[in-house]
Amino acid sequence: MSSPHVSMGVPGPDGRFGDFGGRFVPESLVPACMALDAAFSEAWADTEFRARLDSVLRDYGGRPTPVTECRRLSERLGVRLLLKREDLVHAGSHKLNNVVGQALLTQRMGKRRMVAETGAGQHGVATATAAALLGLECTVYMGEVDTARQELNVFRMELLGAEVRPVRSGSRTLKDAVNEALRDWVATVEHTHYCLGSVMGPHPFPYMVRELQRVVGDEARAQCREILGDDPDVVVACVGGGSNAAGTFAGFVDTDARLVGVEAAGGAAATDGIPGVLHGMRSLLLQDEAGQILEAESISAGLDYPGIGPEHAHLGAIGRVRYDKATDEEVLAAFRLLAETEGILAALEPAHALAWVVREAGHCIEEGATVLVTLSGRGDKDVAQVRELLADELDHHGRLGPRGGRGR
Amino acid sequence: MNAVSYGVMETHLRRLRGDGRKLLVPYITGGMTEDWVECLQAVADAGADAIEVGIPFSDPMIDGPVIQEASVRALDRGTTPVGVIDAVAVADIGVPVVAMTYYNVVFRMGHRRMARSLRAAGITGALVPDLPLEELDPWAAEAGHAGVATVLLVAPSTPEERVARICARSHGFVYAVARMGVTGERETLGTEATTVVRRIRATTDTPVCVGIGVSTPAQARAVCKVADGVVVGSALVRRLLEGGGPDAAGEFVSSLRAALDDPDPDDPAPEDPANPAGHAGPGDGEALAGS
Ligand SMILES: Cc1ncc(COP(=O)(O)O)c(C=O)c1O
Repeated sequence: MSSPHVSMGVPGPDGRFGDFGGRFVPESLVPACMALDAAFSEAWADTEFRARLDSVLRDYGGRPTPVTECRRLSERLGVRLLLKREDLVHAGSHKLNNVVGQALLTQRMGKRRMVAETGAGQHGVATATAAALLGLECTVYMGEVDTARQELNVFRMELLGAEVRPVRSGSRTLKDAVNEALRDWVATVEHTHYCLGSVMGPHPFPYMVRELQRVVGDEARAQCREILGDDPDVVVACVGGGSNAAGTFAGFVDTDARLVGVEAAGGAAATDGIPGVLHGMRSLLLQDEAGQILEAESISAGLDYPGIGPEHAHLGAIGRVRYDKATDEEVLAAFRLLAETEGILAALEPAHALAWVVREAGHCIEEGATVLVTLSGRGDKDVAQVRELLADELDHHGRLGPRGGRGR
Repeated sequence: MNAVSYGVMETHLRRLRGDGRKLLVPYITGGMTEDWVECLQAVADAGADAIEVGIPFSDPMIDGPVIQEASVRALDRGTTPVGVIDAVAVADIGVPVVAMTYYNVVFRMGHRRMARSLRAAGITGALVPDLPLEELDPWAAEAGHAGVATVLLVAPSTPEERVARICARSHGFVYAVARMGVTGERETLGTEATTVVRRIRATTDTPVCVGIGVSTPAQARAVCKVADGVVVGSALVRRLLEGGGPDAAGEFVSSLRAALDDPDPDDPAPEDPANPAGHAGPGDGEALAGS
């Protein structure tokens, strides 16, 4: 199934990945997208810019992040499981890799403000963090459904000096936050950069964000070679828009590793979507017969996006990456399993990737195979929500009891 | 050039312009109210030269709160692209209709099927704001074949060399975006609109209509000092959202018509009947999400 000759290179000026991608934005935004494309290409080729980015990610962000071998969980599953620990990046997720790059680019382009969309709040927190670090203004759009379920992240962003604007239009989740951020950008593009949080949107965003996230895959590949003496057999990442997955896959796309992207069952555009155009890109989208976009719904706000990045649509179409999904129950179980066996509280998003491994170990994944999972973020933000989800198991003191509630 | 090559829409608009008339193009979201088709008729009777009919989309990213709300209402009423097109076909309102929608609606139906359905319904123009020059070809080919004029947008941010390339491919009219931002009423229109119109004029003699933010008869008349016409959306749609039916729509469009027909720019513009104080809708930014 794997084809070692696929590369994740530079798309042409039309921003296409096979049939997907492109730049479907109103004329008002076309010049800004073109300017961004030029600015990023120039910056990415500039060793000084790269050195500055690397040093911020190292000295401020805590890179490189380790790869952790999960001995107890591996034993349970009958595979050799490694985690790429993006949960240990400053601000709690892989999102920082992208936003530091875009914040430096914002400065380089002479702009003073960033707008961002956020679902779970992680990208919003990361953008607010980078804005504070570099002295940029920051406005974050977040669906009202998400501001309710991720209250703490809203407060975090505000502590970091960002303005959070709840979005009450449409389904009031991530896709609507993207709409509002784009609407803001149209009116403010002269001094504002749209700091998009995933490998989606109009060209050059899908390409640029993948490049800014490829540090995850590049590091992991070298670390796996050190630990395993080889590339892993299977590489797994969760997919919302697909940035942690794209960054991870970029490091392994030219190896023999099987690549797997895991979506939330309630928002699995790679498996259930059909081609369409939204938010500036042609990709796979959840939509009805008339082309109206459907709402994605799962326990994980960060994955509730009715599309995927265009490069994922392409990698799926050519068979290089397999896309699958995990249900809320599987995710919750995997979340608990990792906590109990390895002492790691994962974010619910990467718990989808883990859930797939737990389900497929011994099935899709042969016994003894080496498996790398990108643990894209830490679960602190999800603890309150998990507590609610486990309400049935809590005793009358609201306690779970020892051994994750299974000791009672 | 021979007039036939302009197509139905542009030939009509050029003739009106030749008669010294300023072009008035009101916008209504298809399916937004029970009586939206009667509103089209009322608007036509009140002096519209063409009407832009929105085919609602779930994610209207270049629209502000008013048209967003109209889209939500239309979709909640079960409005479909085919339903809007069929309703226009049956209504036969007597002025050219331009369909306005987002590209996914076109893409999903298929370029050829959409182009042919529009033309079969007597819809002779189309405006797809998220389909810029670089992505235009597949749609433009089918629209051209079917006899549907594709109206393109020129924005304040559009560089000069690009203005010429856009105008060369814009049919029916050229849509001059009055300001950077989404659709919605504005208290004042800046000077950007004038600049955009002048740039367009320098490269084409296709009629130029200004839209996005034009909300009052006075603004319409001011803009038409340089432009050939105006597109008025949110200001009309808001009246319909507030419960105004065909009468209110007709009355408002009549006031716009009167302002455009008033030859003396120094005369005070006729008052907007529903809104004497020059109501300003929500501006940029903070109010966008709600409505
Ligand atoms: C920890 C974490 N992982 C993954 C995602 C999904 O984004 P992406 O698919 O772009 O990696 C999010 C989004 O909020 C997140 O917070």
